[in-house]
Parts: sequence; C-alpha cells; structure tokens
Amino acid sequence: MTEKIGVYVCHCGSNIAGMVDVEGVAKWAAERLAHRGVVIARDYKFMCSSLGQELIEKDIKELGLTRVVVAACSPHLHEQTFRTACARAGLNPYLCELVSIREQVSWVHTDKVAATAKAKAVLSGGVERVTHHVPLEPLRVPIHPATLIVGGGIAGIQAALEIADSGTRVYLVEREPSIGGHMAQFDKTFPTLDCSACILTPKMVSVGNHPNITLMTYAEVTKVDGFVGNFEVTVIQKPRYVKVDLCTGCGVCEEKCPKKVDDDIFEVGMGKRKVIYRPFAQAVPKYPVLDRENCTYFIKGTCKACEKFCPTDAIDFEQKEETITLQVGNIILATGFDLFNARRIPQYGLGRLPNVFTSLEFERLCNAAGPTNGNVVMRDGTTVPKSVGIIHCVGSRDENYHAYCSSICCMQSLKFAHLVRERTGAEVYNFYIDIRAPGKGYEEFYHRLLEEGVHFVRGKVAEVSDFARLPGEEGHLIVQVEDTLIGKQRRIPLDMVILSAGLEPRHDAKQVAKVFGISCSADGWYIEKHPKLDPVATMTEGIYIAGAVQGPKDIPASVAQGAAAAARVMGRIQQKEIALEPVRASIDETRCSGCRICNALCPFNAILYHADTALSEVNPALCQGCGTCVAACPAGAISGTVFSDDQVLSQMEGLLLRNLQPVEA
Amino acid sequence: MTEGFEPVIIGFTCNWCSYRAADLAGTARVKYAPNVRLIRLMCSGRLDPTFVLKALASGADGVMITGCHPGECHYLEQNYKAMRRYHLLKRMLAQMGVEPGRVKLVWASAAEGVRLAGEITKMVEEVRALGPLNWPTAGAAAALPNKPAALEVPA
Repeated sequence: MTEKIGVYVCHCGSNIAGMVDVEGVAKWAAERLAHRGVVIARDYKFMCSSLGQELIEKDIKELGLTRVVVAACSPHLHEQTFRTACARAGLNPYLCELVSIREQVSWVHTDKVAATAKAKAVLSGGVERVTHHVPLEPLRVPIHPATLIVGGGIAGIQAALEIADSGTRVYLVEREPSIGGHMAQFDKTFPTLDCSACILTPKMVSVGNHPNITLMTYAEVTKVDGFVGNFEVTVIQKPRYVKVDLCTGCGVCEEKCPKKVDDDIFEVGMGKRKVIYRPFAQAVPKYPVLDRENCTYFIKGTCKACEKFCPTDAIDFEQKEETITLQVGNIILATGFDLFNARRIPQYGLGRLPNVFTSLEFERLCNAAGPTNGNVVMRDGTTVPKSVGIIHCVGSRDENYHAYCSSICCMQSLKFAHLVRERTGAEVYNFYIDIRAPGKGYEEFYHRLLEEGVHFVRGKVAEVSDFARLPGEEGHLIVQVEDTLIGKQRRIPLDMVILSAGLEPRHDAKQVAKVFGISCSADGWYIEKHPKLDPVATMTEGIYIAGAVQGPKDIPASVAQGAAAAARVMGRIQQKEIALEPVRASIDETRCSGCRICNALCPFNAILYHADTALSEVNPALCQGCGTCVAACPAGAISGTVFSDDQVLSQMEGLLLRNLQPVEA
Repeated sequence: MTEGFEPVIIGFTCNWCSYRAADLAGTARVKYAPNVRLIRLMCSGRLDPTFVLKALASGADGVMITGCHPGECHYLEQNYKAMRRYHLLKRMLAQMGVEPGRVKLVWASAAEGVRLAGEITKMVEEVRALGPLNWPTAGAAAALPNKPAALEVPA
C-alpha cells in the first residue's frame, strides 16, 4: 500500500459523539486499517471549524498524506469544505472523501454499540474507496449572460427588473396574455391596505419598457436542454391573432367585438370579457389576444368585426403558433400557485349556495375595476349584505385536503373583514382556528380589526346551509360552528359567506418540474436546495425558484425571494464561468468493440459512434455523468470518474469489513 | 439457526433522491434499523447488476436498490433502465437459489425520508426472517453440486 491516508472523525459537538464512540472509531481505524494505508486517525470536536480544517492541512503537509477521509456529516453539506481544505494544503481536492456518520448513523440509530459498529463500517468503506480516487480538475464552463424567468407574477417581475437593471438580458415568459399574476386581481394588500394595482402596475410598465427585458406573454416553455450556464430553452408562442408590431393597443377591436363570454381566469367567472380582449385595463403588454375557441369568425367563418375596425390592420387570422429557441445561462421559476378549489368541500356550499364566495371572487367584488365597480353586493348584483361570515383555513390545516398552513389566509381574511366593514357596515364574523399574524405590522392590523368591531368565533365551521330551522334563519345562509371558546354549538344566520381558500401548487406543477429537471415535495411545492440557508436555489444547478412556487407566501416574501433569486443569478453571471463536478464517462477505445449498446442508453445523446473506426466516444460537454452506460458496457470499456467500478466495489468491500487487519490473538 | 443474527444490507442510493431522502431522515431524526450501509451513486442507472452479486458474494445478506420515482429521474429516464436490470437480475438470482426477498427495489424521492426509513426497517426484518445468506466463497463453489437449489423463475 503506497497511499498515506489520514482519517478524521468528527464529534459534531454531541451530534455524533452522543451516539457514536468517536474516539473509539478513530483508534480502531488507526489499528485495524493501518495495513490499508491509514497513517493517522484523529477525532476532533468540530472538523468543519477552521481549527479542524487546519488539522487536516497540517497533516497533509507534515505527514505527506496522499488521501484524506473525513467521517462527519453528509457530503451534501461539507464535502466542498474539506475538499477546499485539502486543496489549500496542496492535495488535489478529489482525493478527499467525506463519509456520513451523522445523517446516516448518529441521528437515525438509537443503540450506541450498533451505531459505533456501523460508523466503523462506513469509515472503512471510505478508506477503501479513497484509495481508488484519482486527481481531477473541475470542468469550467462559461455562463451565458441571459436569464430566463418563467412566470410574470410579482416574484417574477421583481426578479426580472433586478437582473435587467444590472445590465443583462432577461426573457420573461408568461402563460397568460398579461403579466401581473394574482396580485393584479387583488384590490388592497394587507396590512397597509395599499391599493394593489397602484403599487404593481408601475412595476409592470417598467418590465414592458425595459430595454433589457424581452417579454413573451401568452407563451409557454416546453423544453429545456443543456445545463447550468448553457441552457437551450424551447418556448411556444401561442397565436394572439394580432400583429404586435402594428397594434397600438387602442382597444377599438375589443370595443367592436360583438361577442361576450365569461371571464373564468382574471374575473374568476364573476364578469364577462370580449372574445378579443385584454384581461384588464392596465395589462402589459397592451396588445389584445383573440380567443380562438369562442371567436365567431373561427366558428362560423364570418364576422371579422375586429379586422374591419382595426385602424392599423393589425388583426391576422392566419397567425400560427411559433416555436422560439432561447439560449440562457440561468433560469428562475416563479410560476406561483393555484387557489384551492373549495368545491371539494361540499358542506361549505360553494357553487350550490349562490352567496358563498371564494376569496378570489371577493377580491374581484371589492375591486373598483371589477365586475361591480367595487360594490360589495350579493350574487344578485344589487343587494348589499347586512352580515358576512369569513371562514378561515378552507382546504388548509385539514388532513383531508392540505395539512400545511397556507400562511396568507388569516391576514387576507382580516383584510376582507375590514373592507366589508368599510364598504357596507355589515356585521362581520371571522371563523378561525388560530389567528396567525407573524409579519411586520400584522398583529397590529389584527388588533385594529378587533377594535373595528369584527366578531371572531374560534372554531372550525361544520357546515354552511340554507336550511332554516330556527326563527330568524329564513332567507339566510346558516353557519353551523362549534365556538370552542365558550364550548357551545352555534348557528349564525348570515347574508354572505366568503371562503378563505388556501393555496396549492399549480395543477401542472409536476409536469413543469419535469421539464426543468427539479423536484417537488410530497405536497407539490418545488424543493429548495436548503430550507433555511439556500431557499431560492434548487438541486439542479442554474435553476432557481422564487415566490409561492416554493410554498405558500405573501407578497413581501415573494418579492424578497424574487430579488434573492435575481441576486444569485447576477452573482453567477458576474463569475462568467462555473466549475462543475468532473463527473463524466469516458470510453477506453482499446476495449470498445463498437457494439453500440451504450449509444441508445444515453438520454443526452452524448455518445457518438464513429462508423469509420467502429468505436463509440463520449462527448464530455453533453455527458451528465449518470453512469448508465458504464453499467451497461459488456466489455467494461466505459468508466466514470468519481463513481468508477473500482471505487464502488472497494467501498463495498470496506462496508462489509473485509479489509481489516486481523487482531493478534 | 439464526439466533442473534443481525443481517447486513448494502443499499445503493441515487445522489439526487434517495441519498437526500437518507439525509432528510437524519435531519428529521427518523429512526431506522442500523443494519443498512449505503453507497452513493449518481443515479440508479449506474447500478451494474454485478455490484449486487458482488455484495451478496462478499457477505451482504441483502441488497436494497433505491432511485427516483418513475418519471422523476434527474437524468430523465435512467431509473427505468435500473428497473429493467432489476427484473432481469431477480430472475437470475432465483436461478442461483437466492430468495427474491434479498434484493429489493425501492423508489424514494428527496422528500421521502420517512418512507425510506420505513422501507429499510421493513427490509431488515424481512431479511432477518430469511436468515444469513451464507453464499459460498470462491473456494467452496467448486464443491457445489451441478444442479442449483432452485430453478423456479418468477412469472
């Protein structure tokens, strides 16, 4: 054995030492693995501390270590730390191996003897493996300076503006005809009661006018190829049937269009829109969209009123779907959330009882630009309600639907209560489980509502019905609820009920995650790299997330994440190139028989076949290092760096403790 | 015959899902049996079936192969390749007389720490019930009768 291996076992305070006999493991390694090259084995309180790292560096220099094994936490946490320490001492960083005895041993086992035995096996696996490590250089790839942002809600808008202001190109792709997202539908924002449109539309206009932002609305990303720094993105631009280079956004077409249909998206079914339309007056971009499915010309072949009246001949019935390819270095996903469909809770009566509204319906109802010009009225369009109930946690904090808290509903409900009081003077009842008001100024807003005379009933509503049983209930909606503060069942007759529905992942979140190669949690929210320390990065390099796509979030948090994701991307662009793990396959041409089994297995088409020499070759720029071809090659001609056969098999020998120095009798 | 028998199981994990599930189980302090020892691969597609045979031949009583759920592979579809190899390997192992319960394929996403821990504990108990594998070493193999112990091939 020519290698000189240093072994370092970390206590991690009591995190590891509390369950594993750390000193014993180090001593054992020094004795029983000495014949495998271990020349020094130490234990230390915190290996990741600068003193711990210096310990390794000193040993590399003084003892001439050629390999380092650290037994500590998961490599996903500190692999880089120890590799860098080795590099500082002049040892190639890939000659260092970090084995996990915290996440995989001390934190998950309860028997000290068994845990210590397993820690020894895990360490021995690392010692065997590291012997087969080879010095590697990270692959350096340039970062394309352009960024793709998917989703034009407030998080995406914020990210787009931050990056564009720094001077690089941003492609902002939005599925709907206008950017603005859910925030554009709201009337007021809590707790300041700022007018939502007043603070959002200036930002939307900035996006529309920004010289560095290419805005692509009514478009969807269908394919993402490549990797960090060099993504190739395919975007489908749906036909608007309007030539945007000619359209002035005058709105004559919309005015002249003879047909009205229900607006199920922006007005959530509360209002009508024309067939050629802009979703709302302040839409960005200003160009309308023609809804082909409902257009009389596309159905019957006649009409063309929009075309006749358009002063700039911008209507184009022949427009086709367009496929656009973009080159970008980084991607931010800010595709937001869907509202929980409260019809899934039939006892709350949505869709059956006309005066039961969803939170988004109510937002439109009290919006001055909405279908009732901001008059809070019942479904008949004229009657002002005298009493309104607001049910919290609809679909949230409920094991039957979503166990998580949607985080915004309490504050949203308080906002609704205030608006109802302000606009109608009606009695307002909030039915809540707990009031959660943890943001800046949120608790104060709650107290303000208490002072405004809003009723708070603590209890989960059992049922909303129109079945009158007691005097005074006729013609009302009756909310049946257990008031848990007085321990009594109550029946409260009301004119109107608002369901403060929770947030859930977009219905197509899973498919979108697949397109971008990132993962969803069990609930369907996109998973961040680290829940506390890396909330906007994902496991996939170069793909970031911002806003409610990561989990329920209010506007301030979404804006913060949009800006945070932008900062991460700008840092990347500034670096101009990125070092990637050199995990790649390569083919030994002296052993390749040209059988081509590997060719079809590669999902990235990274394996080329040279017909003239009858040999296959791996293109390292396309190879992602999954290793499927390595496993498949019948001639053993393909090997993979970082995960070679030798490394895996020797680690296994070590894990099975077949490498121990026999104890002298 | 298996008094005090503690099985040893080698677990192959994918860097992107099941290894992170194991990390998550750790972070959340979910407890599971200490009999499993994990090896990290970049992808379940990297799993050469000979790794499994080598593990069994080297003293492991069982092998757990883990990867991303179908459709969630970090490398698009390589877990399907792992799945195909797994089914082929199971047939081969049956022909060699190895009980099917000794090699198992488990899907676990990065969010499924609890699930992975549960599957590990379950498999340890199943293998414990099967007893030690006692795969003959290279020297003893020559002395084996020509006819393998079990010839049934699973449907």
